[in-house]
Amino acid sequence: MSGAAEEADSPPTHMSEDSPGSSSSGGSGGGRRTPDLRGGDNGGGPRASSSSSSAPPDQVLDNVLESVLEFLTAARDRNAASLVCRSWYRAEAQTRRELFIGNCYAVDPRRAVARFRAVAAVVLKGKPRFADFSLLPDGWGANVKPWLEALGPAYPCLERICLKRMTVTDDDLGLVARSFPGFQELSLVCCDGFSTLGLAVIAEGCRHLRVLDLIEDYVDQEDEAVDWISKFPVSNTSLESLMFDCVGAPFNFEALEALVARSPSLRRLRVNHHVSVEQLRRLMARAPQLTHLGTGAFRPEAPQGEGMSVSELAPSFAASTSIVCLSGFQEVNPEYLPAIYPVCGNLTSLNVSFASLTAEDLTPVIRQCHKLQTFWVLDTVGDEGLRAVAETCSDLRELRVFPLDATEDSDGSVSDVGLQAISEGCRKLESILYFCQRMTNAAVVAMSNNCPDLVVFRLCIMGRHRPDRITGEPMDDGFGAIVKNCKKLTRLSVSGLLTDKAFAYIGQYGKLIKTLSLAFSGNSDLSLQFLFEGCTRLQKLEVRDSPFSDRGLLCGLDYFYNMRFLWMNSCRLTMRGCREVAQRMPNLVVEVMEEQNEDKVETETVDKLYLYRSLAGPRGDAPPLVKIL
Amino acid sequence: MAGLGFEETELRLGLPGGSNEAEEAAAAVRSSGKRGYAETIDLVLKLEPASAAAPPSEDDEEVADGVAEAQPSPAAADGQLKRSPSQCSVVTAAQPDADPEKPRAPKAQAVGWPPVRSFRRNMLAATAERGGAALVKVSMDGAPYLRKVDMGTYKSYQELSKALEKMFSSFTIGNDCSQAQGMTGMNESKLVDLLNGSDYVPTYEDKDGDWMLVGDVPWEMFVASCKRLRIMKGSEAIGLAPRAMEKCKSRS
Repeated sequence: MSGAAEEADSPPTHMSEDSPGSSSSGGSGGGRRTPDLRGGDNGGGPRASSSSSSAPPDQVLDNVLESVLEFLTAARDRNAASLVCRSWYRAEAQTRRELFIGNCYAVDPRRAVARFRAVAAVVLKGKPRFADFSLLPDGWGANVKPWLEALGPAYPCLERICLKRMTVTDDDLGLVARSFPGFQELSLVCCDGFSTLGLAVIAEGCRHLRVLDLIEDYVDQEDEAVDWISKFPVSNTSLESLMFDCVGAPFNFEALEALVARSPSLRRLRVNHHVSVEQLRRLMARAPQLTHLGTGAFRPEAPQGEGMSVSELAPSFAASTSIVCLSGFQEVNPEYLPAIYPVCGNLTSLNVSFASLTAEDLTPVIRQCHKLQTFWVLDTVGDEGLRAVAETCSDLRELRVFPLDATEDSDGSVSDVGLQAISEGCRKLESILYFCQRMTNAAVVAMSNNCPDLVVFRLCIMGRHRPDRITGEPMDDGFGAIVKNCKKLTRLSVSGLLTDKAFAYIGQYGKLIKTLSLAFSGNSDLSLQFLFEGCTRLQKLEVRDSPFSDRGLLCGLDYFYNMRFLWMNSCRLTMRGCREVAQRMPNLVVEVMEEQNEDKVETETVDKLYLYRSLAGPRGDAPPLVKIL
Repeated sequence: MAGLGFEETELRLGLPGGSNEAEEAAAAVRSSGKRGYAETIDLVLKLEPASAAAPPSEDDEEVADGVAEAQPSPAAADGQLKRSPSQCSVVTAAQPDADPEKPRAPKAQAVGWPPVRSFRRNMLAATAERGGAALVKVSMDGAPYLRKVDMGTYKSYQELSKALEKMFSSFTIGNDCSQAQGMTGMNESKLVDLLNGSDYVPTYEDKDGDWMLVGDVPWEMFVASCKRLRIMKGSEAIGLAPRAMEKCKSRS
């Protein structure tokens, strides 16, 4: 988790490895820990130290080394240091505070725990990203339990756990509460498997809890939801962050109000849709020091007209002078938007991407957000609304435009016009995610020229194989310009009509690309060959519905060990090709996911392939639909 | 699915990038936002009718798409080697001509495409259900294209009628303003006004699929049950809106 991600702080950039400035796959919470320069025993955990005052020379060196290594926070740097020699390896292992595991199946938890003795924070990632799009079978895996069972005994002083795309049950949460008495921060992103029962156990059991961030999780709805908010003990007054907008269950509002009132350090609060605007006002009165506010539904208690007026709500925002990040607005009536005007001038982050707002609704807000750096919005804002953004938000770093109607034949309200406008007004843009139906190479080229700082470029032309809407040509040149001109690019998602030429460009120029997503693109296996041979830093490749066969897959043999994973679905792979990869690469786990077919005929075609490097060998928890070759 | 696989590995001419996997692997089932594998199962079993039927009346914009989609049909109809008989018959049984009254069947959708997180899809759907955006198609007989309105942005029949008037004013024949008639349902008369005695009647399709006259029920109930709007020619509306017809006639 890089420090940059936390500063930008719109939900799923949390734990993203793409934030500009992150030097590696996850640093630690940069600079948060002051190194212990006491020398001698760092108190960092069990060590085999000789205790006499005249310590042998290498003991002294070890102490010095450890003190120095404390300054290294980025995992990549630490990995490099650990390879120097045995004593550096040991010293590094003793001083690593944050353990980052990008693929929970890449290493056995017991092995990780045996090496690193003094860990205070663990970051674990589980399922491949395409799980978010319903492409992974149910019960695929990524259960956190085996990890917790290893972490518990090894790190009783563990303070922080961050999980992304993992299955976490209520029992697992109970294990967390029991295993780590000093536990402080729990962050669950895109996880599933737990319910309010588990949340109650955490709230009650982790007496020193400071952070509970639930971000885009699928929380099981039980018949009788537990009022977990009331379970925070009265003695807990150290809460700093509480985000639960994805928890659909209702809760006792008074308990929340009391909790907020006794938490003077609370900076981040994101509530769910059960909080009305009147209740929000009460919360804001209790916590004027908030920096991040998620407003929930932002609707009045009474359905029509009799609720609070805008003029009654605005003073609450006027009083919250520290707010820099606003989100929520899930059921907002546009008439209430003026209430937020008082904070617009301070906002660096605004997320209205769950609210269907037009340019007319939003422009008055946008025009006041001069300092905006992160903006998430629905395409209902239209090219016109994006123009307003371009004219006002010259400091914009991250833009995400989501489709209200996420289907291929939807109208799509933004186009190349909006993209061009943004590129002209927001020159400092670093990250963009843009869903549209109509795009031109010219607009993409313009962005490549106007926004040289782009690190993340994700363009989704929703209709499959759509060419340039004006010239009718493939989108090769547009994406080619992006990889050529945006020299800092590390993440790319392509779409539209694309031939092998596009991938020739990407292979030629995309030397820093770490994450690449393709769908419905390319002509032939040449595309894959260009990618594997050209993108030397490639770590994560996701491919779907493209005409790549075993031949293309085998082009990657020399490169798979340098990658975290490869995902391919609905291409032209066969069992033969996948078996060959599995045979020739012993440290790769090759998973093939079967189509469930009524004939139960063993097929040669492979619909889903997920392969990843691993020191742990084939996992034992795969469901029947997953075959490990 | 044996049939699919051999299909995919055979040589075939196609447009650059016009890969057929999508169409073949795609499903008729629009992603319901449900997570998990169940969808891909439905997907495979239901695939042919939708893709084979790819209605020729697709958007002109999607020319490349349309052509690419035409590819699977002839090939599939050949009854490929390992394709099971049941699949063959599913393929060759073409969709009947779409009833012009009913909304066209959606083009075959691929699972998880566009790549919007299920979480987000569910959230937006839930919000819409709870009373957020409720986009509804509006058609007017004789107009060359349809429009969409967000029912959530209007608070009454009056607001809706004003908006519709703005949208379709270029298409109405004759703009004679006539006085509102009587007090039998203020809502109704406003709407008839809207259409300026040009013989149009606003109707809507409700949750049950029935076509109803706009204006009979309280506004909130209308918004909750309205799936689609259609501004019908008066001559077709006889069964639906006898009173409206009489008003039109009596005025002119």
